[in-house]
Amino acid sequence: MVDVPFDTVAGVPPAEVGEVDLYHPKSWWTRYVFSQDAKVIAIQYSITAMSIGMVALVLSWLMRLQLGFPGTFSFIDPNQYLQFITMHGMIMVIYLLTALFLGGFGNYLIPLMVGARDMVFPYVNMLSYWVYLLAVVVLVSTFFVPGGPTGAGWTLYPPQAILSGTPGQDWGIILMLASLILFIIGFTMGGLNYVVTVLQARTRGMTLMRLPLTVWGIFTATVMALLAFPALLVASVMLLLDRLLGTSFFMPTLVEMGQLTKYGGGSPILFQHLFWFFGHPEVYIVALPAFGIISDLISVHARKNIFGYRMMVWAIVAIGALSFVVWAHHMYVSGMHPYFGFFFATTTLIIAIPTAIKVYNWVLTLWRGDIHLTIPMLFALAFIVTFVNGGLTGLFLGNVVVDVPLSDTMFVVAHFHMVMGIAPIMAVFGGIYHWYPKITGRMLNEVLGRFHFWVSFLGAYAIFFPMHYLGLLGMPRRYHDIGETAFVPASAHDLNAFMSVAALIVGFAQLVFLFNLVWSLFKGKEAGGNPWGAASLEWQTPETPPGHGNWGKDLPIVYRWAYDYSVPGAARDFVPQNEPPAGLLAQGAGP
Amino acid sequence: MAVAIILLLVAIASVLFHLFSPWWWTPLASNWSYIDDTITLTFWITGAVFVAVVAFMAYCVLRFHHKEGRRAAYNPENKRLEWWLSVGTAIGVAAMLAPGLVVWHQFVTVPADATDVEVMGQQWQWSYRLPGKDGRLGISDARLVSPDNPMGLNPDDPNGKDDIVIQNDDLHLPVGKPVKILLRSIDVLHDFYVPEFRAKMDMIPGSVTYYWFTPTRTGTFEVLCAELCGAAHAQMRSKVIVEEDKEYHAWLERQRTFAELSSQRGVAKVNYKTGSE
Repeated sequence: MVDVPFDTVAGVPPAEVGEVDLYHPKSWWTRYVFSQDAKVIAIQYSITAMSIGMVALVLSWLMRLQLGFPGTFSFIDPNQYLQFITMHGMIMVIYLLTALFLGGFGNYLIPLMVGARDMVFPYVNMLSYWVYLLAVVVLVSTFFVPGGPTGAGWTLYPPQAILSGTPGQDWGIILMLASLILFIIGFTMGGLNYVVTVLQARTRGMTLMRLPLTVWGIFTATVMALLAFPALLVASVMLLLDRLLGTSFFMPTLVEMGQLTKYGGGSPILFQHLFWFFGHPEVYIVALPAFGIISDLISVHARKNIFGYRMMVWAIVAIGALSFVVWAHHMYVSGMHPYFGFFFATTTLIIAIPTAIKVYNWVLTLWRGDIHLTIPMLFALAFIVTFVNGGLTGLFLGNVVVDVPLSDTMFVVAHFHMVMGIAPIMAVFGGIYHWYPKITGRMLNEVLGRFHFWVSFLGAYAIFFPMHYLGLLGMPRRYHDIGETAFVPASAHDLNAFMSVAALIVGFAQLVFLFNLVWSLFKGKEAGGNPWGAASLEWQTPETPPGHGNWGKDLPIVYRWAYDYSVPGAARDFVPQNEPPAGLLAQGAGP
Repeated sequence: MAVAIILLLVAIASVLFHLFSPWWWTPLASNWSYIDDTITLTFWITGAVFVAVVAFMAYCVLRFHHKEGRRAAYNPENKRLEWWLSVGTAIGVAAMLAPGLVVWHQFVTVPADATDVEVMGQQWQWSYRLPGKDGRLGISDARLVSPDNPMGLNPDDPNGKDDIVIQNDDLHLPVGKPVKILLRSIDVLHDFYVPEFRAKMDMIPGSVTYYWFTPTRTGTFEVLCAELCGAAHAQMRSKVIVEEDKEYHAWLERQRTFAELSSQRGVAKVNYKTGSE
């Protein structure tokens, strides 16, 4: 897997990849608003995702205020609490993380990392963003309709999601489902682009096994999302029909507030299967891009090739495939046939093996490295700590009988926040600190960045690590107030208050981060083209930030993998992917 | 240096918190000590892995921190090491999965001598039903739910006449006798959850789900709903009282059967009607 020379240097023609006809913007509007340039679309996606993410962050403060100090804040009633948890979860999982990793990082990095001028379908790519924005607008509108947003929990389980005992039954749930449908349509347009671009638009010499792991992560996640989101789409459409037209896909004969309804013959469990057939791959749709980004951050900032690249690629693919046969581990206590438990516990625990391989290879990349403790590296380390912690508690919940007492308690909340909340967010932050210089030409402020890192990492750990033990104690999730309950000691309320204070502090640190993003845009240190000394292609663009079409006149030619760091005998401690092997062939060609 | 120490402190603090914090599971009151044992085993294995990974990272950060003139080793892969680690992980995973599946098999295999107890959930209260002298529960249907028949029992089913119906009251269970809890809902999803029993299962309108356990000590245990069921989810409470056989039977004697309750309600209705005319 080392420096594999592509061809004899003299024999390589400049570019055999056909030149694409780029759309050239004719006005300010088509350059910055209705832009077809993946880089602009990426920034639009990222800003929209982070804006709606701020809404979800504020909702989490309100939830923590209620949980830490129940009864103190009269403006939070039980209905609103349910609306807060629902919107917080939905926004964070889908409208922030999925959109940011695939729409944001994917759009910016895929063309640059594979050596393309743009995505293959720029117009569809532009539409993807605008449909996503519409989905976000519809989502936000639910805060202002009569009855407010839905409070059905982010899983939207019927029957309660569409019955009158749940807040937001009038408009909230309808608009929520409409927004999800729009999101999936928008995502599909973007997702097809990412997949086809990776498969068809790689530059000369960029074989699949030379792709940076970031591209592998985003590519596999996108393929998974294209297969998983349709399940959510049909579930949303059917639930919408149940709500609006009185069909009974998910609705058995039931009583609503003492009155027999007209529903009959449907299956609530069917919705759960459809939801989690999407929902579990979704976990890895968020995790795999994070895996890729972390691999690249560790390699660049430890000045060392990623350890076991081929194993890393196969682990990503194996996780992607296995994640489609584990969905019902979310349903061990749902009332499905209990014998399913044997199958799904086994598949779920098997997935731990490729995942563990990834962790080993990250820490083995650190071994005998030249570790620069830059902010991206710090976030990568924090990612490993939180991901390992959250992944290991997954072995509790995946092992069917252990899940029985822990399911639906705060243990679950702590687990999934650690593994698919905190850990991917650490990867997002690490990625932003790493690529911001390429996107803007300036470095993010170091002092603010370190403050942001330490408060976010230690603060988030202080919130979610103790939370597991409240679940072990038996505290159920989705309770606005546990009240006087015999088995809950008074000290548990103090712990809740502590976690709430930590959450407010961590939330404050995110405002510092946002300030840093804006401030550094104007006042940040000039970065130059390749401030980290990175080998992958996106750092080798002729201009920084990269211009329209990315590569100037000629597309780059790739001669090696993306991880030639500290190659023995090389003059510098990195060799860019597009550097011809002349003079290096002898030294750099063997482990 | 500081980063390595903080990483190590995170691992150590996590272990100390686990060992010394006052928050731990509620004392067990059922036969499911196997579940607790599997959790304990999982804590040991995963805890060791967590500490090992974080400590290794801390060591790397300390030892291979950038200094002037340091150059990283060039080491693309090591097949043997990668295979050993994979095999080791597989063994660790199997060590948790195998006992887990064995206990799950026990969990889903209801002993023949278990007594049926029905729990019905509705927004936002619990009702209970015990088989009468015949030992069998009558059939029910959400379509039959009415103010006179809140559990929707079928009045034409002879098995249901002697069923004992408990509404707006606590459930009593005899200690040491296995029970099969049959779970049913007439509106939305609920989940009958008693932390001390460790077992839980969702109740789904349109189906009957179940689990079994044997109460192992007497006492009063709080029932919570563990599946989001709407606005008053957190207030959906009840109690299970586990007691000695004698007290249990004394309590049982005082309960009313479905037939008694229906005729009583019927009488009350007639009186009301005649009175108002």
